Amino acid sequence: MSAPAVPVSRAAYSSEELSLDLYRRLYLIRAAERRIIEHYGEDEMRTPMHMSVGQEAVSVGLCSALAPEDQVYGSYRSHALFLAKTNDPERFFGELYGRVNGTARGKAGSMHLAAPDAGLLCASAVVGSTIPAAVGTAFANQRLRNGKRCAVLFGDGALEEGGFWESLNAACAMRIPVVFVCEDNGYAVHTPKTVRHGFDRILDVVAQFRCGVFSTEGSTDVEVIRRSVAAALQCSAGGSIPAFVHVLTHRYLDHIGIEADRDIRSVGEDRRWRVHDPLVLQRSRLTLSGYEAADLQAEERQIEERIEAALWRARAAPAPGPEELLAGVFHEAAA
Amino acid sequence: MRALSYCDALREAQAQEMDRDPAVFVYGIGCPTRDKVFGSLAGLVERFGPDRCMDTPISEEAMTGFGFGAALGGLRPIHVHIRVDFLILAMNQLVNMISTYAYSTLGRGRVPLTIRGVVGRGWGQGYQHSKSLHSLFAHIPGLKVVAPTRARDAKGLLTAAIRDDNPVIVIEHRWLYWAEDDVPEEPYETPIGPGAVLRAGSDLTVVATSWMGVEALRAAEILQRVGVNIEVVDPRTLAPFDDTVAVASVRKTRHCLVADNDWIACGFGAEVAARVAEKCFSVLRSPVRRLGWAPTPCPTVRCLEDEFYPNAATIVRAVERALELPPTDLSGEDFYSHERHFRGPF
Repeated sequence: MSAPAVPVSRAAYSSEELSLDLYRRLYLIRAAERRIIEHYGEDEMRTPMHMSVGQEAVSVGLCSALAPEDQVYGSYRSHALFLAKTNDPERFFGELYGRVNGTARGKAGSMHLAAPDAGLLCASAVVGSTIPAAVGTAFANQRLRNGKRCAVLFGDGALEEGGFWESLNAACAMRIPVVFVCEDNGYAVHTPKTVRHGFDRILDVVAQFRCGVFSTEGSTDVEVIRRSVAAALQCSAGGSIPAFVHVLTHRYLDHIGIEADRDIRSVGEDRRWRVHDPLVLQRSRLTLSGYEAADLQAEERQIEERIEAALWRARAAPAPGPEELLAGVFHEAAA
Repeated sequence: MRALSYCDALREAQAQEMDRDPAVFVYGIGCPTRDKVFGSLAGLVERFGPDRCMDTPISEEAMTGFGFGAALGGLRPIHVHIRVDFLILAMNQLVNMISTYAYSTLGRGRVPLTIRGVVGRGWGQGYQHSKSLHSLFAHIPGLKVVAPTRARDAKGLLTAAIRDDNPVIVIEHRWLYWAEDDVPEEPYETPIGPGAVLRAGSDLTVVATSWMGVEALRAAEILQRVGVNIEVVDPRTLAPFDDTVAVASVRKTRHCLVADNDWIACGFGAEVAARVAEKCFSVLRSPVRRLGWAPTPCPTVRCLEDEFYPNAATIVRAVERALELPPTDLSGEDFYSHERHFRGPF
């Protein structure tokens, strides 16, 4: 896979406030995962971690294009999506530590991070399984005319699942305005997509369907991704058709766990991507637009403090009691 | 009260719920087209329009996930399959996604999704158009499974399923579609949970699911003539299984035969037998016995298919074994034959 060749350009600028907000969200995710890396070895977060490091801009761009009341579905690699949609590191760390302040009191763990109250409806450890659900939720929004929009984020591995093609076909045939976002990091576990795909460009294939097709052209710039998703959302809602967004991205770490996986790709490939690290890009944009280094450091320090507090609150929180095991197998009406 | 067929009872339940709640809609392969799923959706597309009685692509996994997502989005979908066998393609959505959702949201999440599956039999249905699979679904925590035998329960349980905030699979045997009984006109719920006594008796309890309930009632008529009075219990809800009615019946009769409309091994019948054995051990006068399908794929040709399914005669013989009775002469008896209703082609 070639490295992205999209520099930070003046044309990509939006309002400074937005740029700063996007940077805050990127930083929150990167810093939270840095804390995971520091503490994972203690063996207290006993949940298989599929890290988002390097891919943060996809979730941030997507969630920033969505309104807070809009819905999104994710995969097992949803640390970034959870934090981008909820901005809630406490429920995040609570879940990873398996404590009562976790989003599902530890019942879900890293692979099933969800926060329906914040619009992250579900995440699945089975590749591609949330894609049809997103079609259904988008259909409900359309039927109920509630103004909400629904997107689903999945990897390039999901393109090999029947459920993806079934969902794409159904959404096109039924004219359902769902937004499919493919974060293509080029690998399914350790298998490159050249081995797995019987086609060269997914965009060419999807373009044969009756839907909008959008590409970020290999950019790791969160603002490019945000604009692409925003255009897809507009096309989808306006035309009552689905839209497909293809985002090339790079996974810095192994499929699972906190180690780098340099053995599956060249140092050169890795380095080319890191030149375009989404945090570096966004930070340079802020600096170019006049933010002082000291101000940015203060922003970063504030986020670090939030994460630190959330981490320690999670560690201090109790584990769920045995009564929790049998609770909630079925819906329980609020008392 | 008025007599209504099982098929019309299903149709009426859906029409009344669609009337009552605009969030309810029916969808599935061919739903609004000519045959209206054996008539069980007759009149719905005309009355509620193609937006509420929808056709879909032939994509069982995606359309099941679609129902899940639509339910999370605030609708109350009813997904209809003309054969249960097709649900095998939807197992990922059912078992990995739908059944786990409430648990993953601490019981806060609602998945008000009803899935109707029709069990085929006869006239060459063969091994991919005849399965019931209720035992498979009933094994999964988080799914509710109902299999009504009577028309009145079909209406009440389907109504309850549609109103339930959890996923409910409704198993409907095709041959039951012709069965008639008294069905109230107004909407009502048959609670998802307790079973029902279809026929009171004192000598032996037959716990029978779905079509086997009809066969058990026929067996009861035959046995009545030789002075044996059997009680027939329909569990109605298979998951979560409430064994109260079955256990109370066996405590009274002290004998139990389970006739499940499914394979025997690891099946729902085994669950009933185990519960009865655990809860009635001290009063049982004979071992709990199980009847069900032959341990083979369902053959297509009629002569082998007749051997594959148990019927009223099989039940009579099993009752005689349990009660140590001599074999009843069944030569003059009339057993159920679907040819009276149906001559094909499919």
